[in-house]
Amino acid sequence: MAIFSILLSSSASLSPPASLVLELPVTSLPSSQCTAISVYTNWEKHALLGSDVRLSCSFFSWHWTSSEVTFSWSYRADGAKESTTIFHYTNGAPYIGTKGPFKDRLDFVGNPNRRDGSILIRNVDYNDNGTFTCDAKNPPDIMGHSSNVRLLVFEKVPVQAGVITGAIIGVVLGVLILVVAIYYLMRFLVARRVFSLSMSRHGKKGKGKEGSQQRQASGHLPPP
Amino acid sequence: MLLLLVGIVLVHIAALVLLFVSTIVSAWAVNSASSSDLWTNCTTLSDTVKCDPADSGVWIQAVQALMILSIVFSILSLFLFFCQLFTLKKGGRFFLTGAFQILASLFVMCGAIIYTVMNRDWVHPSLNYGYSYILAWVAFPLAFISGLVYVILRKRE
Repeated sequence: MAIFSILLSSSASLSPPASLVLELPVTSLPSSQCTAISVYTNWEKHALLGSDVRLSCSFFSWHWTSSEVTFSWSYRADGAKESTTIFHYTNGAPYIGTKGPFKDRLDFVGNPNRRDGSILIRNVDYNDNGTFTCDAKNPPDIMGHSSNVRLLVFEKVPVQAGVITGAIIGVVLGVLILVVAIYYLMRFLVARRVFSLSMSRHGKKGKGKEGSQQRQASGHLPPP
Repeated sequence: MLLLLVGIVLVHIAALVLLFVSTIVSAWAVNSASSSDLWTNCTTLSDTVKCDPADSGVWIQAVQALMILSIVFSILSLFLFFCQLFTLKKGGRFFLTGAFQILASLFVMCGAIIYTVMNRDWVHPSLNYGYSYILAWVAFPLAFISGLVYVILRKRE
């Protein structure tokens, strides 16, 4: 009885797989040849020179998170041919590489119980440009692909294409609409004020006539 | 009088067409092998054309925005002209139409000036100015003159 399990193992984002098709047979799972662990990291990470950057790594596994879960981070500089391991988490304890470019700048900020194996690199420099690889293993789930995240260090964050264009167009058209709205509002208010003024003048004239009529009427009362 | 009106509308439409061509066609700075404009930089190497999106600096985005705004204002001015033609009372002036058209011409002028001053930053020095750039500069006086005439014109029956 075959198990068909298609897991989307992508390193594009931290969200869980988009589409899964899994048919479990009635009998128990055979050996873990067909289930695999999926590791997720970002695709690229942009950082400002001198800032701290957090490299996230998470995984999805069909087994419960065991106490022997391991995380392993390795780094390959831009243009280098080999990669070196910079971090390893095993047996419930993190181990940071004592030699290498990150020896004093690396912190473990993940939570293995929550399947999070993120590391924090402080004070990034241009020499840190490169590819970081995260590999997670959750025994007995040990087969799977690792995931790469590229680190790009900028002096200042470049402006995205079209942001300023849209902002300028939006502001000018917004000001135009505002001016038109205010113009029509003023016209409406002035028209209403003129209307109410003319009404009150008309009313006063009417009242005046009535008052004189009343005085005349009372004047006609014969004195006792 | 009617002849003048028709003439000015034709000038307005000509300026609008020039603005459209200038903004869309990729020929602000040309070379025998490559062309560059507000949106892309295209290079022709042995019959294949390869285009990259233009440098996303602050100034080129300002030029893009100003050109688009000038087109929008010119279209609005044409629309207002037809509105005012039927609703304006006798002796009235096409103030709004002229104002919008003059604004459009000012935007084109600003865009062309910014491009002239800053294009050393994003275009290779071997490129010469192309016809889109020249059309932008031609559209500016056409739009300005038509706007002025709109403001001066009085509606007679």
